Amino acid sequence: MNDQKNFVEIRHAQKSYGSLEVLKDISLTVERGQIVAIIGPSGSGKSTLLRAINDLDPLTGGEIFLDGVQVNKTLPHRQYEKHINEMRQQIGMVFQHFNLFPHMTARENVTMAPKMLKGLSKEQADALAEEQLEKVGMLDRIDYYPSRLSGGQKQRVAIARALAMKPKLMLFDEATSALDPELVDEVNMVMKKLAEEHMTMIIVTHEMDFAAAVCDRVLFMDQGVVVEEGPPEVVFRNPTKDRTKEFLRKHLAGAK
Amino acid sequence: MDIDLMLKVYPFFLEAAWVTILLSVLTALIGLTCGALGAAARLSRFALLRFVGAAYVSLFRGTPALIQLFILYFGGPQIGIQLDAFEAGVIGLGINAGAYMTETIRGAIISIDKGQREAARTLGLSAWQAVYRIILPQAARLMVRPLGVNLNMLIKATALVAAISVIELTYTAQRYIGSTYKPFEMFLLAGILYMIIIYVTGRGVAWLDRKVQIN
Repeated sequence: MNDQKNFVEIRHAQKSYGSLEVLKDISLTVERGQIVAIIGPSGSGKSTLLRAINDLDPLTGGEIFLDGVQVNKTLPHRQYEKHINEMRQQIGMVFQHFNLFPHMTARENVTMAPKMLKGLSKEQADALAEEQLEKVGMLDRIDYYPSRLSGGQKQRVAIARALAMKPKLMLFDEATSALDPELVDEVNMVMKKLAEEHMTMIIVTHEMDFAAAVCDRVLFMDQGVVVEEGPPEVVFRNPTKDRTKEFLRKHLAGAK
Repeated sequence: MDIDLMLKVYPFFLEAAWVTILLSVLTALIGLTCGALGAAARLSRFALLRFVGAAYVSLFRGTPALIQLFILYFGGPQIGIQLDAFEAGVIGLGINAGAYMTETIRGAIISIDKGQREAARTLGLSAWQAVYRIILPQAARLMVRPLGVNLNMLIKATALVAAISVIELTYTAQRYIGSTYKPFEMFLLAGILYMIIIYVTGRGVAWLDRKVQIN
């Protein structure tokens, strides 16, 4: 597709659980190669929005497009499953709790999906595993099971696993929130590297410093709406909305 | 205690023990099949199947296995089910064991963190691919020990089929009491053989459990 401006497009996203509305009419576009951080207090709907993008938490209203194709189409069950599986292959996701497959080595974690879904041979899969684990600095642990890896190492393998599908878009759902402070940097380094390679990324994070350093745009969400958005230097230095100011004051004070 | 008598009748008991073992193996196979189907039904996305699964479990866990065997063996012919004692024993006990195994298998599956399924689906795996490549291999490892408990119970439950005159270990003990009038020795002998079967099975389960653990 040639529409680089609206590489990811969210139109009027709405989600409710019964009478509780967690996303209230959110619209957002992300350009190809852009890195967007979503910040906000817990319960603000930021993770829900991220998980709606690959339909892990389906919206109750609105549309999501990736590279011109609607992700959350209305289709009969079987057709929808086929469609969403194809879409998800193009959207990598990294979770707060890594969710590595404990019964597989780092290599197998990385190669399982490409082998199964793209029919890679053993040689191709091994080359892919080496390439991706090298990228995240985990080549020396290629045949380790997750139980023998630290949190930071697990998360780096999880990033390699997502990258092995050659996604167009990467979603990070608080990728460093469950890590011990001294392990945060090694994961942030990998994300920075991806940023330098112009991977399109949407990052839900609590780390303001990282968001400020790496992202092109910052969204501040609260109570299911985008309160404020803009370049990090504006949102962090000169926020215009009171809610943003209050959140940043608490958060930055709490971090120190 | 009449040790000489025990040594004399021991070969006949050993033969009966093989029947008990055969009963146990067949019961376990039917039980595992029913348990897998039951668990699949209970975890189905179709409400009707979930209901059928839940009804199966509460029906067969909620009534005595002996009553289930009597209904099948004595009551069966009235509704056109004609089975010999051995068949009725295996099928009845197998379906009964399946109800317990349904809960064991279901329990292991639902104990796998939902993040595992999410990670698999996020990579593009279908619901079924996520189940057989990610969920089941992990759940299977968790199932070994509790299924071993189910196996222990079902081996002991095979004694019930003596009541529908299957010539297994318990029935054999009763028969020899009729001719020897030594219930202590005869039941003790049967008990020892049951214990050997269960001990060996238990060791087998423990071995398998160690073998399937990750590294």
